[in-house]
Amino acid sequence: MKSFSTTLMSQVTRWLLAGEWRAHPVRALVAVMAIALGVALGFGIHLVNEAAFSEFSAAARSLSGSADLQVRGKSAQLDEALYAQIAAMPEVEIAAPVLELDLAVPGQRSALKVLGIDGFQSALISPDLMGQPEDGKPFDTLMADTVFLSPAAMTWLQMRPGDTLNLIAGTRQVSLRVAGSLLRARAGQRLAVMDIGSAQWQFARLGQLSRIDIKLVAGANRTEFKMRLEQAQASLVVAETEDQDKRTATMSRAYRVNLNVLALVALFTGAFLVFSTQALSVLRRRPQFALLRTLGVTRRQLLAQVLIEGSLLGVLGAALGIALGYGLAAAALSMFGGDLGGGYFPGVRPTLVFSPVAALIFFSAGAGVALLGSWSPAMEAARAKPAAAMKAGSEDLALAPLAVPWPALAAIALGAVFTMLPPVSGLPVFGYLSIALLLVGSIALMPRAASLIFSALAPRWSGTMGSLALARLANAPNQAAIALGGVLASFSLMVAMAIMVSSFRVSVDDWLQHLLSADMYVRVQNGGEAGRMSAEEQQQIARLPAVARMETTRHQPITLDPSRPAVALIARTLDADAPDRSIPIVGESLKGISRPVWISEAMVDLYGWQAGQSVELPMQGKLEKFTVAGVWRDYARQSGALMLRLEDYRALTGDMNINDVALWLRRDASAAQLRVQLESLPFAGSLEFAEPGEIRAISLKIFDRSFAVTYLLEGVAIVIGLFGVAATFSAQTLSRAKEFGMLRHIGITRRQILLLLAGEGALLAGLAIAAGFVLGGCISLILVFIVNPQSFHWTMSLHLPWSLLATVAVVLLLSAAMTALMSGRMAVAGSAVRSVREDW
Amino acid sequence: MKFFSDFLRFSGVLRGLILALLPALIFFLSAASHVQAASPVFTSVVPGKTLNFPRDFGAHPDFRTEWWYATGWLQTPDGKSIGFQVTFFRSATEHDAANPSRFAPKQLIVAHAALSDPAMGKLMHDQKIARAGFGLAHASEATTDVKLHQWTMRRENDGRYQIALPARDFTLSLTLTPTQPVLLQGEQGYSRKGPVAGQASYYYSEPQLKVSGQVTRNGKPVRVHGSAWLDHEWSSTLLDPRAVGWDWVGANLDDGSALMAFRIRSVDGQALWQHATLRDANGKLRAVSPDAIRFTPLREWRSPRTGARYPVAMQIDMSDIRWRLTPLQDDQELDSRQSTGAVYWEGAVTIERNGKPAGRGYFEMTGYLKALKL
Repeated sequence: MKSFSTTLMSQVTRWLLAGEWRAHPVRALVAVMAIALGVALGFGIHLVNEAAFSEFSAAARSLSGSADLQVRGKSAQLDEALYAQIAAMPEVEIAAPVLELDLAVPGQRSALKVLGIDGFQSALISPDLMGQPEDGKPFDTLMADTVFLSPAAMTWLQMRPGDTLNLIAGTRQVSLRVAGSLLRARAGQRLAVMDIGSAQWQFARLGQLSRIDIKLVAGANRTEFKMRLEQAQASLVVAETEDQDKRTATMSRAYRVNLNVLALVALFTGAFLVFSTQALSVLRRRPQFALLRTLGVTRRQLLAQVLIEGSLLGVLGAALGIALGYGLAAAALSMFGGDLGGGYFPGVRPTLVFSPVAALIFFSAGAGVALLGSWSPAMEAARAKPAAAMKAGSEDLALAPLAVPWPALAAIALGAVFTMLPPVSGLPVFGYLSIALLLVGSIALMPRAASLIFSALAPRWSGTMGSLALARLANAPNQAAIALGGVLASFSLMVAMAIMVSSFRVSVDDWLQHLLSADMYVRVQNGGEAGRMSAEEQQQIARLPAVARMETTRHQPITLDPSRPAVALIARTLDADAPDRSIPIVGESLKGISRPVWISEAMVDLYGWQAGQSVELPMQGKLEKFTVAGVWRDYARQSGALMLRLEDYRALTGDMNINDVALWLRRDASAAQLRVQLESLPFAGSLEFAEPGEIRAISLKIFDRSFAVTYLLEGVAIVIGLFGVAATFSAQTLSRAKEFGMLRHIGITRRQILLLLAGEGALLAGLAIAAGFVLGGCISLILVFIVNPQSFHWTMSLHLPWSLLATVAVVLLLSAAMTALMSGRMAVAGSAVRSVREDW
Repeated sequence: MKFFSDFLRFSGVLRGLILALLPALIFFLSAASHVQAASPVFTSVVPGKTLNFPRDFGAHPDFRTEWWYATGWLQTPDGKSIGFQVTFFRSATEHDAANPSRFAPKQLIVAHAALSDPAMGKLMHDQKIARAGFGLAHASEATTDVKLHQWTMRRENDGRYQIALPARDFTLSLTLTPTQPVLLQGEQGYSRKGPVAGQASYYYSEPQLKVSGQVTRNGKPVRVHGSAWLDHEWSSTLLDPRAVGWDWVGANLDDGSALMAFRIRSVDGQALWQHATLRDANGKLRAVSPDAIRFTPLREWRSPRTGARYPVAMQIDMSDIRWRLTPLQDDQELDSRQSTGAVYWEGAVTIERNGKPAGRGYFEMTGYLKALKL
């Protein structure tokens, strides 16, 4: 008989599988669940992101319609005289001027996007923006006091045609009549459209445009036209429609990728569980496999057997994960909306679309990871010599290849090298790879480390049971490795995430305190750029009796690169010699510069600007020279911010408006008094004011919300890790029933054996936790100093959440000991004689 | 009666906006009562005013609506005939006069162009609309000088009209040279349109214009020559509310005479108002009593697209003269249901006088698919 016949083998496969799973259903279930969770998180996050992103892009596209090019000013406004020039160019078929404003609605938390359009031109480019007047009032589209609302905006503001919509422009309230609906606006899209001439007048933007949408005549060379236009007008940015998608993508990509990496972590933990499950089950069944081998089962068939077992776990888990992920995504979309707390996709209502391709990819990842996890155990099962394998005590030898240190050390070294590499297309690819390598290397190194450490400890230990536990751990390190690896992986990742989030949170808090040094902050409701206060209004505030000192800020978006989101240009009261008093400067600030600008860290990363460099900034349609005086830390604007002195800005632009006011109280005045005085201002109805404490609380709430998913994933990783610990220990102690039988035989009591197990568990977990601290610390350094700056372009200082880490360490240690104890109880429950006899 | 049809024609692709605008324009013309409190006050058309040239060649923005309307027959070098029509239309809106914005849509410019070639079997047409301003669209008050993006019609000091009009499917580049003095319609340019005194317009025509220039189709320019008719008309109130449509003809006769006739139809098909003008080559006007005018359909053509039936061949009796109109092609229906929903017939016709070929002109019929919604 050369080999088992195939039919017989397949029957054997089923028996072995069924037997194994019947004997250890919980372990198989946990492995399946871990894979399922990993796949579900990954797939769910992908679906939500995809839905939000595509809906956001679609909404943006419906605003720009079928335009070939979009012309904007580098500064926020565009002179309408340019419209006349551009529209008259022979290559231009249609030029549609747009005035776009985000305006506050009294009593509402978020602003309403208002588009002023020339309906005759926009109808030909973006027909979705056409308002539908009521029957018999067709001229309402052209009236000076009418506005059309999208269905979502109508629902949001609880308005119907005929109602009056109040908007805040500057500090003034403007009343418009809702004349009809924007029937073709996308679901969830909050939008108002009105005539551009009316918008310019009503919102005091005479002469200003936001952009011009252009359709070129057939056959015109788009690239050439774009270049010519940009050369002729240095203050213009000409964007192609693809740039818009790119902008949306750039804005949220780092966030989306980081979420997916977190899902990968869950999947990785799942793979580790499959590995430990399979490794232990292979170990325990060595005699069975040896018997099969002697009966003629080939190595290949045995390999296939173990791989099939592993991939079945994977397939079950992955299939479950896809279903779960879809449900998760649906639940997340209906509960939190599309942006998962990240704030990148405001004002859209995405619809969930099941993506077969993505499902297949995540399914394959889940199944593949399980297959990978069972590869090494399968190889072991196939390689074992039948004669040796049938004997007891050979299990540790079987895992010996794991103890070879060189691959592990190489992985760690490579990981260290990867930390030096720059980002790949704006993503910290090498940072992540480095983390993965460090993890894998450390886990692989654990058996050897355990052996060394426990051998060194053993001689110093008095007491029988302690010595026994140490001797066992020192001499069978490869079995311990699996338990070690599980704890190490989950704990180190948990440590890393906790340190990273805490570092970030503390840094943000410090930053807020640095920035919020005044006693009261005042701005126009929902203050975007449109919420302005005039010079006269500023004077009125400054003259309030409770005010000792006032600082003001003017901010507006400027575009330096059409494929990137706008950069914030902030002009504020600043002392050029000591900017650090007002803004958190990173490093040194150059002194004695005539026209200084301080750039946020993102400007260094994204635009390559450096201190001392001369730069041109667009101001009211003209480019003005500035010198970079220093770099400041900005957690609020990921796409870059520029800070300059208000006096420079005013001298160059003559724009005396401001957006934000910071007030310091007189010694004898209270914040409550100041509030009362502010309320008495004639334009108080348009204002909102907050004390720094409130702003800080709101900001940290937003911070926590945007990290909510991170916390959730972290929790899931820990739970999976703990499951792994439990499964690993119980499997291990069960497989050591013979050993315990022998110990009972030579007179050691049950109590002592249980103590031995608890001790072993605690020792192992202790070592893994200690190693996890070190490894997690290293990973957190990568997260804090590489992944975060490369993804979001800001740096932070390191802060360790000691109490949280200590708590989790203690919980892990206890749960490890308890698990060891509980599984030990089962192992020593049987008779000593039977346990020993099983060996023969 | 083309002024009215112009409103129907500025259709174009601008669905939502214009679909909505159109009935309003008509509504304004027919019923001045629909005027909001803060809206601008438009000047009324009154009898006895003397038209002043060249000032009155230009635009009259104080009136609600105004148009310059050129139609004519063109001969290609291979001897074939095609019809053309170019209209520029100005409309004052109800937009708040106090708005200082240069974008404030106080005056709209609308233009429409069509080419009728029997070889095509139907009309080719194109429309545009824009607010006046920024030098991109305007109607000058000095003389006939209207512009809508690349489309222009301008009267030069010597009286010639230059038309440049790159449309979607064709490009017109025409010079229209006067051969006769201006023809003041109605009573010295005061033209009644209905039984109520206010229903009137200021209206003059330039018949017997000599045309030269070129027509480009499919990228191929072809030299053309022919004769054309130009109308300029402005008003603030026009039609009787009972009107459902009208028939209008303007023709350059071979003997140098010019004929214009229209009737406004009510729901029962009867003429609410009708009028005719006939001027001979020497400038002598022949008085035609409105009671002596009678329109009689000779042959109907049914549009395969809309199902509307048009009396494409029409007999017009004018006391002792019997005119007979024969279309250049039957299908000269302008179907813009995809845009404004307006459907009417507007086409080149040959004209017989008492059974003998007498000249060529343009014939317009509206309100045949359904009554105009006023």
